[in-house]
Amino acid sequence: MSEPLMVLHYDVDGTDFTVAGEASGAVKKVLKQLGVSAEVIRKVAIAMYECEINMVIHAHGGFIDVEIRPESIRMIHKDVGPGIPDVEKAMQAGFSTASQQVRELGFGAGMGLPNMKKYTDEMKITTEVGKGTIVDMTVYIK
Amino acid sequence: MTLREIKEILDATVLTGEEELDREVKAACGSDLMSDVLAFVKDQAMLLTGLVNGQVIRTAEMMDIHAVIFIRGKKPSDEVVSLAESRDIVIMETELPMYIACGMLYSAGLTGGSSRA
Ligand SMILES: Nc1ncnc2c1ncn2[C@@H]1O[C@H](COP(=O)(O)OP(=O)(O)OP(=O)(O)O)[C@@H](O)[C@H]1O
Ligand SMILES: [Mg+2]
Repeated sequence: MSEPLMVLHYDVDGTDFTVAGEASGAVKKVLKQLGVSAEVIRKVAIAMYECEINMVIHAHGGFIDVEIRPESIRMIHKDVGPGIPDVEKAMQAGFSTASQQVRELGFGAGMGLPNMKKYTDEMKITTEVGKGTIVDMTVYIK
Repeated sequence: MTLREIKEILDATVLTGEEELDREVKAACGSDLMSDVLAFVKDQAMLLTGLVNGQVIRTAEMMDIHAVIFIRGKKPSDEVVSLAESRDIVIMETELPMYIACGMLYSAGLTGGSSRA
């Protein structure tokens, strides 16, 4: 893997749902300025937004590092939330532990992780109950 | 179909983006589930929704959705309106319920935005 052309870092505030999506919006803008194709931008934006929302609604926030290379965009999301006890189950479409409050805002359908899988070329979840979760995703630029 | 035509059909009020009404819309989707929108909606569609929180606007931003219609007379807060304005997203509000609003647009020739449709 080559050296990243650009590395972006974002803190995700876990207490304010209204700002969830700021980081994804900012990355989308940067990629557009760099002239990355609309298809790649769309995949990155959707996967990162779903993951950013998860960090806020399930894990009290954290941070995101984005590495931009000529051949790929990598997004590493780290939180110190409750962790995911059963990743396989969490990956199933429809599985959600979201609160009623979160559901009323239009989330909690259990579609986020399957969406991330669908829109990225590589996805790895490292998680430990009580410690936190790392979701590492890469979208290739063909 | 242009946003101006959509505004007429739904007897909608424009909350922001009055100057953008000549924009063309090719497909639309009606949903209160943002994750579904993120999973299934095609590029450049318009969204009709009964939710009025800021994540609706952010979801639209990620999906390159340039227009959002709030149905059943739901009123977004000023913060949500300015968020939409800053993201160059047109928002309108109609008194019509979801089923009727979608039905009227569909009969007028605007079809679905779902990639499964
Ligand atoms: N960062 C995280 N920390 C702890 N648990 C998580 C995290 N991300 C996901 N989960 C768990 O995995 C489940 C499934 O996540 P997924 O994103 O697919 O659905 P959701 O967030 O509940 O709903 P949606 O994404 O459709 O709004 C969550 O309900 C939650 O239990
Ligand atoms: Mg989710």
